[in-house]
Amino acid sequence: MTATAGRVESTPRVEARGVGLRTGLVTVAFLVAALAVGLAIGPVHIGLGSILDSAFSHVPLLHIHQSLGKDERGILWQVRAPRVVLAALVGGMLAIAGASYQGVFRNPLCDPYLLGVAGGAGLGATLAIIYASAAAAGTTWTVPLAAFAGAIAAVVATYALGRSVGAAHMTGALVLAGVTMATFTAAVQTFVQQQHTQQLQNVYSWLLGGFSTATWHDVAICAPYVGLSSLVLVLHRRVLDVLSLGDDEASSLGVDVGRARLAIVVAATLGTAAAVSVSGLIAFVGIIVPHTIRLLVSTSYRAVVPLSLLAGAGFLVLTDVVARTVLSPAELPIGVVTAFLGAPFFAIVLRTSRTLR
Amino acid sequence: MRFGPVAAVRGLSLRAEAGGWTALIGPNGAGKTSALRALAGLAAYEGEVLVDGRDARRLGRRAVARLVAFVPQKPETPAALTVAEYVLLGRTPHISYLGGEGRRDREAAARALRRLEIESFAARPLGSLSGGELQRAVLARALAQEAPVLLLDEPTTALDLGRQQLVLELIDALRQDGLTVVTTMHDLTLAGQYAERLVLLDEGAVVAEGTAAEVLSAPNVAAHYGANVRIVEDGAGVFVLPLRSR
Repeated sequence: MTATAGRVESTPRVEARGVGLRTGLVTVAFLVAALAVGLAIGPVHIGLGSILDSAFSHVPLLHIHQSLGKDERGILWQVRAPRVVLAALVGGMLAIAGASYQGVFRNPLCDPYLLGVAGGAGLGATLAIIYASAAAAGTTWTVPLAAFAGAIAAVVATYALGRSVGAAHMTGALVLAGVTMATFTAAVQTFVQQQHTQQLQNVYSWLLGGFSTATWHDVAICAPYVGLSSLVLVLHRRVLDVLSLGDDEASSLGVDVGRARLAIVVAATLGTAAAVSVSGLIAFVGIIVPHTIRLLVSTSYRAVVPLSLLAGAGFLVLTDVVARTVLSPAELPIGVVTAFLGAPFFAIVLRTSRTLR
Repeated sequence: MRFGPVAAVRGLSLRAEAGGWTALIGPNGAGKTSALRALAGLAAYEGEVLVDGRDARRLGRRAVARLVAFVPQKPETPAALTVAEYVLLGRTPHISYLGGEGRRDREAAARALRRLEIESFAARPLGSLSGGELQRAVLARALAQEAPVLLLDEPTTALDLGRQQLVLELIDALRQDGLTVVTTMHDLTLAGQYAERLVLLDEGAVVAEGTAAEVLSAPNVAAHYGANVRIVEDGAGVFVLPLRSR
């Protein structure tokens, strides 16, 4: 007995904390609960039992008869469900992209809009709302497409500017180039807005972000990008831990730092651009969620990256519930809710960021 | 190798004996760190670096990392990572790009922890370690890499005299396990005490090399450091003592 104990002591437990079983289950449970709340709550109350009946009635051989009427079914599956699913996709994407950017740039205050995604998307959407909406009336894809194109163009420009400084100072240069690009696109966007004040309301409500017009079509646009980006980022979770040792050490451990950084930035940016194009700009999710996981679970990216995806999805679904119920039947812009919760949280993160590095 | 238009190191030819300890010495800006970084494959260079007779450029980054471990002057030690997690990152060259650690990697990390006698705080975060414990964790990470060559850039910077000796003794113990050690060093007396071969660099070129007794002469130190020193040599080694000029 004592011999066994002695042997156990002499063998150190050498393992990296990833997502433990309990943490993983708790996070999945949080997401499922958030999705259920999102489907159940609204002007028309639909009970969880009815939701399950309705869902399983589509499964062959089970012979479950749903208790919902035609109108309720329409509300549940054509209004609420796409909205909840879209919020989950966007929330998960923003959180996992935020976590990845923080890792790649080794800066806890980075968010997914860092390299100019927000500014580019905002400018693209503004141009589409003002110049294209009359010409392409009735089409729902003009604004998302323009936002997506604007976001990608801005990040490509940021990357080109950052690269021109040279590889040795790339990390810092990219962040500064992103700030430059954000300022520039904001200036152009403000100018365009001021020239067309009659459209200000439309531009403004897009910029604040939201899911009030979410359809399955939006989900179909966004889902492939979110799926692919998340997969690439989750696969890079250990590489992100290696990058946290700095470029020199990561490189001396055999990692091609430039290529790894490019892969992570491209994945995070594509996903973020797709998310932004269907939801508008939603602040702080990319910062609140990863930092909450760092505080509660672990700072290793093996935990932070996958858990950010799940928790971010649940968080934005719940935030959307708040946004559409607090002033019901009117809706608060979801960007206002996340920023209202995010700003105080951000202050706490700042105060403790010494321990987060 | 070059920084922009300025060559930091020119015409450097250097040979580190297997199982030996080679110290690169020289005044500030002599190119010690640049030479070490070129050896580690961290800086572009002209010419060739042969590891175990094989061209480093042809081997590729991962293969070089399995042969050469590098510890920078100020290693990044993320405060919240545990010692075990940090040491496991040393296994990266043995793990596929998107893979995770296997049993052999955990065993190698455990051996490194035991070798540096820090297995009892494997689960502690790096931020909670004392300076000396942190040095051991950094060495354990390099050791977990299981590379036969260990490069250390100024391993004793910012340590007091006692801790300098402690770290150098640890490195020497690892060398006696069979590692080939190359360090840059600031303190000439300590360099002479621990390394059996000194290479004196000045303005990017080798100006003297050999044993401590051959390299650490008053004229050498005066010519290349601009320092006025007295050299004391006895059975315990060569001592470089600074003297005031006036």
